[in-house]
This record gives sequence, structure tokens and C-alpha cells, in this order.
Amino acid sequence: MSPTETDTAELPRHLLGLEGVSAATINRILDEASAFRELVDGADKKTAALKGRTVINLFFEASTRTRTSFELAGKRLSADVINISASASSLQKGETWLDTVRTLEAMTPDALVIRHPDSGAPHLAARALSSHCAVINAGDGTHEHPTQALLDVLTIQHHKGPIEGLKVAIVGDVAHSRVARSQIHALHTLGAAEIRLIGPKTLIPAEAESALGVQVFADADAGLEGVDVIIMLRMQLERIRGAAVPSQREYFRLYGLDPVRVGRAADDVLVMHPGPMNRGVEIASEVADGPYSVILPQVTNGLAIRMAVLNLLAQERQQEPAQ
Amino acid sequence: MRTVIRGGRVIDPANGVDATADVFIAEGRIQAVGETPPDFQPDETIDAAGKVVCPGLVDMHVHLREPGQEWKEDIASGSRAAAAGGVTSVACMANTRPVNDRRSVTEQIRSTAERVGLARVHPIGAITQGLAGETLTEMNELFTAGCVAFSDDGMPVPDAGVMRRALEYAATFGYLLILHEEEPALSAAGAMNEGAHATRMGLGGIPNASEDVMIARDVILAELTGGRIHIAHVATAGGVDLIRAAQARGLPVTGEAAPHHLFLTDTDVGAFDSHAKMAPPLRAPADREAVRAAVADGTLTAIATDHAPHEADAKNEVFACCANGVTGLESLLGLTLKLVDDGVMDLATALHRVTRGPAEILGLDAGRLGVGDVADICILDPEARWQVDPAAMHSRSHNTPFAGWTLRGRVERTLLGGRSVFPFPQEAAVG
Repeated sequence: MSPTETDTAELPRHLLGLEGVSAATINRILDEASAFRELVDGADKKTAALKGRTVINLFFEASTRTRTSFELAGKRLSADVINISASASSLQKGETWLDTVRTLEAMTPDALVIRHPDSGAPHLAARALSSHCAVINAGDGTHEHPTQALLDVLTIQHHKGPIEGLKVAIVGDVAHSRVARSQIHALHTLGAAEIRLIGPKTLIPAEAESALGVQVFADADAGLEGVDVIIMLRMQLERIRGAAVPSQREYFRLYGLDPVRVGRAADDVLVMHPGPMNRGVEIASEVADGPYSVILPQVTNGLAIRMAVLNLLAQERQQEPAQ
Repeated sequence: MRTVIRGGRVIDPANGVDATADVFIAEGRIQAVGETPPDFQPDETIDAAGKVVCPGLVDMHVHLREPGQEWKEDIASGSRAAAAGGVTSVACMANTRPVNDRRSVTEQIRSTAERVGLARVHPIGAITQGLAGETLTEMNELFTAGCVAFSDDGMPVPDAGVMRRALEYAATFGYLLILHEEEPALSAAGAMNEGAHATRMGLGGIPNASEDVMIARDVILAELTGGRIHIAHVATAGGVDLIRAAQARGLPVTGEAAPHHLFLTDTDVGAFDSHAKMAPPLRAPADREAVRAAVADGTLTAIATDHAPHEADAKNEVFACCANGVTGLESLLGLTLKLVDDGVMDLATALHRVTRGPAEILGLDAGRLGVGDVADICILDPEARWQVDPAAMHSRSHNTPFAGWTLRGRVERTLLGGRSVFPFPQEAAVG
């Protein structure tokens, strides 16, 4: 990326989602992450970039990988990192979650990383804040999960070069996936040629084609034909109770990714999964652990992306005029 | 007390009147429109030159929140909001705490409203006890106590068998059931209209079918039982079609539209704006057009606000969990006139939908200015423009999606039975 482009890459105060975020901004985050990726792969994994700053991870929903990733990212940047999960917070004492946010803000953190089971919660938190603390969305309901999508894009770039012109298939429960929405926005913004959603109608959200600019395929074999990237989504078992799919058996038969289906895609296809995986439900172990899979590199890139996001939003905060 | 309103443009849609005329009021009723009655000596003369004189508005769908949720609204604040909005009659929904499913609650609402004295408040009784959808209320006793209709409003009776019996029982006495149509199983996972915007925002969708299947069910049950039904806040094109078809078959089915469904669509939810959350939800542009056309052609003969006041905290929650509803009493007139400006219908039709239209559905002696009618009158300046400012409203709550809108038509004066109730009596005394 040229310096000029970097200059025009305005950073938002908060990272609430990727809808409407410019290519320049996304590229700035990706560039920063690439630099951190080198650091992460080295022997000395730490930098003093955020020394003296505070990052609070506020998780109102269970999470292992995202929370650990944000925590480690903050620590690698030398920030003080606090983790709070809803079960241990004052929510049980009757305080509203928004008051918890305001209380934590009063302790002058520089970034609040929020995961919440309801769509729009980080937006509400951002509106409630009066300081310059940045809100980073670590997944809100079925809305967005921007850092996950950024790490996916980074992973694709590392293996395939520019996103421009690529054909990407996202398979499974798009209706309930915040990951898929963020991925679709990022892939569109970076010029992907085609985004295909593959799944039964019960798992594809209403008016997906016009709302998200995608093509929808009910037939997995047709949808996977010639794609460069396959992103598998987690199939939550409770969807079976909710009558969205009849059984794991039928789901895997129709949409599960096995070696034969992978063969439909381009020869150098990349297989991705945001985790946690259900082996044998949406993806066969031979594929998850096979040569096309980049599922574990995704996790490592996640660390680099979260370092980049924390570092950029904290730096940006400093540049804002004091009030 | 004798009053004459001089020189205004009198618009009385019920009687086909639209003319500059004087209105003569004696003992709380209209004594004459036009010629001065013999020996009429006014105690008060109101100059209405350049103003419109129309019947006081009738809002047949209001939540006054008293008893039980007086921090949101009470009968006094709701009556002030009504009077300020030119509304002289309101019908208030039964979802109070306790529910208006017993005589004592009905009587309490009526006596409080009479003491406040700023608007006629007509309670609507519950269809089922506790709005639980199981056991019928004592409809006859409630009607005798002053209920004008029956509704479980936001808690639609889910059991078709109970609904059938409710309709049959109500039909025994000719009572009206007002129905909020929503199939709970189809709405359960939703927070807004199902469609492209919900998909982008990751919010659960409520399909039009949720409303339409219930309207279809209840039209069929009305036909089975001979019951009279009124469909509240119709929001879908399919719902309009079902009501139109029922009316064509001669069934006693009426309907109303809410201002928010006449002006807003699902994209007004924007980035999780809780002031755009209500049930039924804001729908697609095609639905809005269909509802507008239905109000214009008389399929729906009432515009009713579903005035649903909520304190700020109830709206300051994640979209899926925040309270449903918006306030409406003080923006009803301005938005009704905006329908005229938008070319949806003429002025007489628009005013009919907020006066005689709803009064007729409820069987009220209101909404018209014929000789002998009660002198419930709204005098408005049709050219005055004003901006909707939630903080300046008289309702106790400020949850309006129309904040900042510039509307035409300002209420200058509201008369209730010939008595001035807006500007508020004490303020008028000071002024």
C-alpha cells in the first residue's frame, strides 16, 4: 500500500462493524496486522506500543478463542488487560449491563472490547460513553464480528494475494452468523468477484441476495463449483430443535464438506472455519485437517488482527483533541 | 355558557360541511352552524378567522398506563397530551396493571378521567382475564361500567377456540372486539420487519404472514360467529386485502392505521434506533403504500395512534429487548394533515379518519358538528408550521420517532363540551 492511501485511511473511533468501512481503512488494519504477524512469529513477542493503556474485555457471552485472542493481543502490546465475564459481574446484583459499561468507563480504560448476545449492543454502549474510550465489537448477536472477518481476509490474502476477483462460498447457517455478515461486507469492499451463500432456505436470511449482494445456492455441489475459498460456518445443534434442519445426518449429507465436495472447487481452494468446529456435522475431519485447510493459521492471524485494531484505535484516541 | 366561534372554515366531514361559518354553542352542545339562532347572546366569542374549525379528534387506540405504570403516563398527563393535540375522545387499552378486566378498574379510569376533565376517556375492557387468552372477562358488566369495546391488544388470543367463544359471547350483546393481529409463533424470534434491513442488521425478522394469518383466522371466525371485529394498526398489504375482501362479503370488519405505519418503513430502524421499534413493526414501502391507499379509499376508516408512552430507560436497551411503541397523541393532527400534503387524500377524508370514522366504529356520540351534537371542537391554524420536539410534549414520555419533523397545522384551541381545555384552563387564566 502506498503512503498516500494510508493517509486517506480514516480510522473510526469505534470498531462496531465492517458495513460501510472503506477499503483504505480495512487495508490499513491489514497492513498493521501483517507487521504484527511477523512479531508474533518471532521469539520476542512483545512490544511496548500500548504501555500504560488499559483494555477491558467485557464478555456477556461465553467465548474462549476470541476472548483469549483479545487478551493476548493486549498483553503483547503491553497494555493492562482486564477480563470480565457476565457471570462474574454485578449483573447478578441487578445492575443493567449498560450501567456496567458506564462503571467500567469511569475507570478510564482506552478500549472496551464487548461481546454481547444481542445485535446492536456495542452500538448502544458506544452511544452511552462520554469519554474517548474506543468500543470494539467482539461479536454482537447475529449482527457483526468484525475482527473475525478481518482475520479471515488477512488469511486469504496471505495464501491467495489480493481479494479482488476471488470467488468465495460461505456454507451453512448464515441466518444466525455474525461472522458471515462481517465477512460479506469486507469481501465486497475489497473487490471479491462473487460471494455465494450455500444452505437450506431455513438458514439463509430473508432477501439475502438484495440485502447482502450475494448469490444463494441451495445445492452445495453447484455452489462450490470453481470457488477459490470455502468458508464453513458452525452448525449449532440447537437449530435442529428450532426446526431449521431435521437432523445432523441429513445436514451433513446435503451441506457437510467432505473431500469429494472440496473437489468441486478450484484446485488451490482454501478451506476456512471460524471455529469452533463440529467435526462430522458441517466438516469432515479429513478436510479440516487436510492440505487445503487454513483453520489454525486463522487463529494465529486473529491475534495479529486484534493487536492491530487495539493499537490503531488507542493511537487514534491520542490524536483527538482533548475536550 | 354560550360560545360562538366566528369566521372559521368549518370542516365537518360527517355532515359534508366545508364552509366559512359561525358555530354557536349552548350548554355544551352545538346549537347552530351558520345562521345566528334567535336570542343568542354569547358569553364568549372566539375569533377563528383564518383557522379551521373541526370536530375534536377521536383516537381510538391509546395506552394511558394508569393504573399501574404511572411513571410512563397517567390519565392526567395523557389527557393533557390529548387536549394539546386537539384530541377530545380517547379509547384506552386494557393492558394496565391490574388489567382492565373488572368493573373496579373501569370505574377507576372513568372517575379519574372525569376529575381531570381534559378529555373523554373511554375504557376498552380485556377480552380474557389477565390478558392470558384463556377465560373470558365479564363483558356485560364491563360494558355496563363504561367499556366501549374489548381487546387483549398486544397479547392476541392465541387459541382459536377461545377466540371463537369470545366472538360468540360478544356477538350476543353486539359488542366490538378490537384485535391486535400477530401470530405469536411467527413473531417470537423477531424484533423488526423481516426483510433486507433485518438481514443486514442481524435482527430477527417478523414476516407479514404473522399479521396476515391472524387477520385471516379472525375474519373467518367472525363469519362463523357473527361477531363484529376491528383490526388494530393494520400494517401489511396482505392485511389490507383480507379486510377489503371481508368487507366485500358484507362482514362487519373495520380497521385502523397508525401514523407511524403511514409514514415510516423498516429502514427507519437505521442502526438499531429503538424509537422505530413497535408491534406490529414498520414494514416495507409497498405495505406503507397499501395502508395509505386503504385509509384513502375507506377500507380503513380510522387513523389511531397506538400512543404507547415509555420512559427513556425502557427504550435504552438492545433493540431486541427494548419496549415496543411510540407516543402519538400530540403528532396525530400534524401527521394527518401531512397525508393531505403528500397527496394521499383530501382534507375532508383525512379529518374524517380522525373524527367521525373512529367515533362511528366505537359508537360514540362524537366526531361531528351537527346541531345537537356535543361541542367537542378543535380549532387549528392550518398554515402554522411547528417542529416536533419531544421535550416540549405534554405526555410524560418522549418516545416519538418523529422528533425533528416539521409538521403543518397547530392546535390553537380545544373545546370539550363547549369548555376550553386547551390552552389548559389554568394557563388560560394566567394568560
